[in-house]
Amino acid sequence: MVLKKLAAPLFAASLALFANGAAHAEMVLRVATTLSDLPLTTGQPSQGGEGMRFIGFTLYDALIRWDLSKADERAKLVPGLATSWSVDDATHTKWTFKLRPNVKFHDGSTFDAEAVVWNLDKLLKRDAPQFDQAQATQASQYVAGIASYRVIDPMTVEITTKYQDAVFPYLIADVMISSPARYKELGGDWTKVAQKPSGTGPWMLDKLVPRERAELIRNPNYWDPQRVPKSDRMVLLTMPDPNTRVAALLSRQVDWVEAPPPDTIPRLKEAGMQIVTNIYPHNWPYQLSFSEGSPFRDIRIRKAANLAIDRQGLVEFLGGTAIPSEGMVDPKHPWFGHPNFKIRYDPDEARRLMKEAGYSPEHPLHVKFAISTAGSGQMQPLPMNEFVQENLKAVGFDVELEVMEWEALRARRRAGSDAPENKGVDGINNSFGYWDPDIGLIGTSWSKMRPPAGYNWGGFSDKQADELAAKAKVEFDPQKQDEILAKLHERIVDQAMWIWVVHDLNPRALAPNVKGFVQAQSWFQDLTPVYLTK
Amino acid sequence: MLRYLLRRLLYTLPIAIGVSLVCFALVHLAPGDPISAVLPENASPAVIQEIRAAYGFDKPLPAQYFIWLKRVATGDLGTSIKTGRPVLWEIAPAIRNSMLLAVVAIALAFVCGCVLGGLAGYTRRPTVDRTVTALAVTGVSLPHYWLGMVLIVLFSVELRLLPATGMGGPDIAHLILPAVTLSVIPMGIIARSVRASVSEIRKQEFVQTLYAKGLSGRRVLAHVAKNVAPMVMAVMGLQFAQMLGGSILVETVFAWPGTGFLLNAAIFTRDLPILQGTILVLAMLFVFTNLVVDVLQMLVDPRVKRA
Repeated sequence: MVLKKLAAPLFAASLALFANGAAHAEMVLRVATTLSDLPLTTGQPSQGGEGMRFIGFTLYDALIRWDLSKADERAKLVPGLATSWSVDDATHTKWTFKLRPNVKFHDGSTFDAEAVVWNLDKLLKRDAPQFDQAQATQASQYVAGIASYRVIDPMTVEITTKYQDAVFPYLIADVMISSPARYKELGGDWTKVAQKPSGTGPWMLDKLVPRERAELIRNPNYWDPQRVPKSDRMVLLTMPDPNTRVAALLSRQVDWVEAPPPDTIPRLKEAGMQIVTNIYPHNWPYQLSFSEGSPFRDIRIRKAANLAIDRQGLVEFLGGTAIPSEGMVDPKHPWFGHPNFKIRYDPDEARRLMKEAGYSPEHPLHVKFAISTAGSGQMQPLPMNEFVQENLKAVGFDVELEVMEWEALRARRRAGSDAPENKGVDGINNSFGYWDPDIGLIGTSWSKMRPPAGYNWGGFSDKQADELAAKAKVEFDPQKQDEILAKLHERIVDQAMWIWVVHDLNPRALAPNVKGFVQAQSWFQDLTPVYLTK
Repeated sequence: MLRYLLRRLLYTLPIAIGVSLVCFALVHLAPGDPISAVLPENASPAVIQEIRAAYGFDKPLPAQYFIWLKRVATGDLGTSIKTGRPVLWEIAPAIRNSMLLAVVAIALAFVCGCVLGGLAGYTRRPTVDRTVTALAVTGVSLPHYWLGMVLIVLFSVELRLLPATGMGGPDIAHLILPAVTLSVIPMGIIARSVRASVSEIRKQEFVQTLYAKGLSGRRVLAHVAKNVAPMVMAVMGLQFAQMLGGSILVETVFAWPGTGFLLNAAIFTRDLPILQGTILVLAMLFVFTNLVVDVLQMLVDPRVKRA
């Protein structure tokens, strides 16, 4: 009787497994994302780096794109929908983009200069019919510096910035171009476009089930034949719970999971799964307060904190999914330079510096750090903070951790260290990126870049750093800009501007039959070369 | 009866307003900002102001609340800050998904709970009673997210019999694990309630009279069951209404896109329109389910008289 009752569901389960097997034959790549809902699909995606990775750079293209084909060097900007770009020598504010000919949107309409201007109106011109607040919100950090734009000819666009900004190409690489024709076809309704979007990207949306899945199919007519997807279909699934993602992979319900927890990696390896890691522009630091009364105004205290942390021990604790930080950027990055202050584990020197400043383990210095329970790029914040807390205690710090939820921490970071809600907070543990010079170095170290203008949460102010940041911002030769940024990095490390702890290695777990993936040194990844073997 | 129904329906109005007010106040009292999740990393004050105005968050809180209330009165629950989709579009499929899960889970809980509770209360055998009580207490005490993970490991990872996550279509295979997980607590509650109730009713004089009249055990059981029914219905009604609200933990563990999953995402992204809309709709569903249960109780048990 019991067996009879169980027979039907078990039969259905077997059918489902069989169906999964059949889908493999069609080469369906099933990806478990960390998202709880799918990003906006209309063009400019929501949900940060993961939104860009899975919806932005799959369905759409930007004028400039990231080259994500190499694992052994940092991702660089290369031509995308624009074949070339230049800035005028006279004002350094007028950018000319030569557009790629013969590019079609998924709906068959032609990509041209009018489409670019239409898209910029979509984000910037509030009285334009196609203006979309949701996309404008997502894109505002990339387009805020644009003063005007115009069509020069059908294949040329000119964009004028409000001020000289050599970082502009990095920003425009995140502005996605959606199809004006599709918007018109669907009666000018972005909600409808979300269900049936049209970009120029290598993937096309076939099905969207909010909060559950997005199914993307190969765009066989993609303008770059090298990047026509090798898989027929890619299914993006929402799985915010990390253990659920791991279970889904182990039961072969999916082929790919983002961010498996470090403690599950041995089990995944044992099951034959591939664990892919690579350095990418990520840092897990404590941004320090330089506000009145903060003990971190004393460079000895900042240096001692940096020397007190057993980063290698922390890396082992994280199952090897991170590397020790030696500064804001990783040591192999062109912006690393040659700092004099070597960030390492040296508790004796840390104790000496603390003693010099008047503190010891017996008479510790009380500091308070704001931390989150979870969040994008935050890794394993609670145990990691406890690890650091113990390390700092050993050299004379008494660390109080103020734990809050991720959005609350983000709001604290946006407010800056002088804000009333941050009174008494000496540092904030908010993971950081360095994919472009603004977010990585200029916006964090330039004294005029206090929030909301930039990311200088604690109000770090250093004349030399200010000069270098200002110089980098207007250096339009990428190589020379890199050299200035390296000097800026040297300076902020020598000043121990923050407490830098580890760089995440961005682990993901892939089924044994997933092939062709190259994990780029980037927050974004190219999923077009990925395929599955039997 | 009609007057009672109308009165109960009228009660829903202050409940709806109260729920929406509390929800609105709580979201605004919580640290963080309703537009924080959609703000770009380094949004300038001008951009923040623009976005705030675009979503109506630049107005005083009471004004924001009354604007929302006015829209709700016309059936418009607003638009999700995070997705840009109408809130109703988000809630409707989520409720459908949670309802599917809840119906299966409550049915499972009802059958197992009644059988176990009935058995323990009716047989009067200490071993059976103790076993059922132990099972019921275990069921109520197990953290269901933990049970969900254990079931996933066992049936999905090790045995590979059932899918670990998602709705898959939906299909029955995807439904089994989350439904079993969700049914364990109500099963324990129903089993304990049924056991106590059956045991109590069996001691009553009318049962002795039924035996004395020479009725068979089966027919006596039918009488006992009829007397237990109103209590079981009340417990089931409450449990079912709770399940419609979705279980944040179970739905997250199984990536089941129901109301719990929706609320979880909305809480973490401070999606105020989704939070307010979902909580309001769920509160109404809760009230409605209880009303249905009350009416059913009245129909089943004539002793339950309402003015």
